[in-house]
Amino acid sequence: MTELLRLDGVACIRGDRLLFEGLSLALGRGEALWLRGPNGAGKSSLIRLAAGLLRPAAGTVTRRERIALIDEAAALDPELPLRKALDFWARVDTVDGPAVTSAMDDMALASLAEVPVSMLSTGQRKRAAMARVIASSAPIWLLDEPANGMDDAAQARLVAAIAKHRANGGAVLLASHFTLGISDLAELDMGALA
Amino acid sequence: MTALIALFWRDLRRAWGSGALWLPVVFFLLVATAFPFAVGPDAPLLARTGGGMMWVAALLAALLPIDRLVRPDREAGVLDQLAVRGFADEAVAAVKIAAHAVGFGLPLLVALLPAAALLAQDATRVHTLATGLALAIPALASLAVLSAALTANLKGGSAIGGLLVLPLAVPMLIFGAGMLDPSGRGAMKLLGAASLLLTVIGPFAAGAALRGLRE
Repeated sequence: MTELLRLDGVACIRGDRLLFEGLSLALGRGEALWLRGPNGAGKSSLIRLAAGLLRPAAGTVTRRERIALIDEAAALDPELPLRKALDFWARVDTVDGPAVTSAMDDMALASLAEVPVSMLSTGQRKRAAMARVIASSAPIWLLDEPANGMDDAAQARLVAAIAKHRANGGAVLLASHFTLGISDLAELDMGALA
Repeated sequence: MTALIALFWRDLRRAWGSGALWLPVVFFLLVATAFPFAVGPDAPLLARTGGGMMWVAALLAALLPIDRLVRPDREAGVLDQLAVRGFADEAVAAVKIAAHAVGFGLPLLVALLPAAALLAQDATRVHTLATGLALAIPALASLAVLSAALTANLKGGSAIGGLLVLPLAVPMLIFGAGMLDPSGRGAMKLLGAASLLLTVIGPFAAGAALRGLRE
């Protein structure tokens, strides 16, 4: 199976604290890995390492495809209507308008297209961030607590989007306190690494 | 390239959004209006000192939006998203510098005309001022984005940013004001050289500062 993301012997130090060391993992097409563990175990740091936003203190990170990331910030211009805010990232990702429309439909955001991002609720912003990820068409998804603030219906849409992405050959690295009800997830207990 | 152009237009829209286009213009004109009240309605004195005062006002106008140049993008996660997509921090910094140069530079050059009229500047001096400012604007934008990036993680960053930029901008102030002196023929070349140096260094220095924000 083609590996999209590989971490070899990675160590992460934040401040003076060693979060983990010697961590290796690989994600192939259609695979998903659930990072679980208590607060502060290093789930978000591992996501940022995989995204290239943090440099590992040791080891290597290899990414063979483009990446899409969700973290606590939606990265959408607050003063813009939602559709225009998503269109900006579509231009950056050089994807076309129908991809944005489809992603908004996947996350049930069509009715909010003209609402300024600043007026969206926390859950709606998470859905919007997820639409940005879907529209990017990046094969590797790095999702850090993507369901925070989402209601049950939105979580179901998130799960469906993840399943569709995997079925299309994408890979998912998911940091979350719960599985979101996805049954065929490999898991990595970050708490056991500390 | 398409992505960087999209980023440029986005930054420009944000710079000019919510009436922010007029902020440096109004500031510049306010200073020009207030100056005669401070020194008195002495036209020869205004003509002699007004040019230098406009250089100081232009420098301060460049610093006005420092707080909006990098901090909101860092807090909103936009810089992280750009890094994830493989954009070099130096390229992002260069785009931000270009957008800031256009965002505050063009309105400033337009505001120069009424400000010069208020300060009894003749056509020759207005032309010299416009040439000098046009030369200096890319460097002022570089310094502004650099200081915005260096202070984006700090509380009260814009005030500290001003303190950082002002000493670095002094050579341009000296050479720019020197252009107004009929005997200062070499000042324009020195201004151009200083501006070129700062404009070239700016994206690399600001890019390093943006990278530092992630650690």
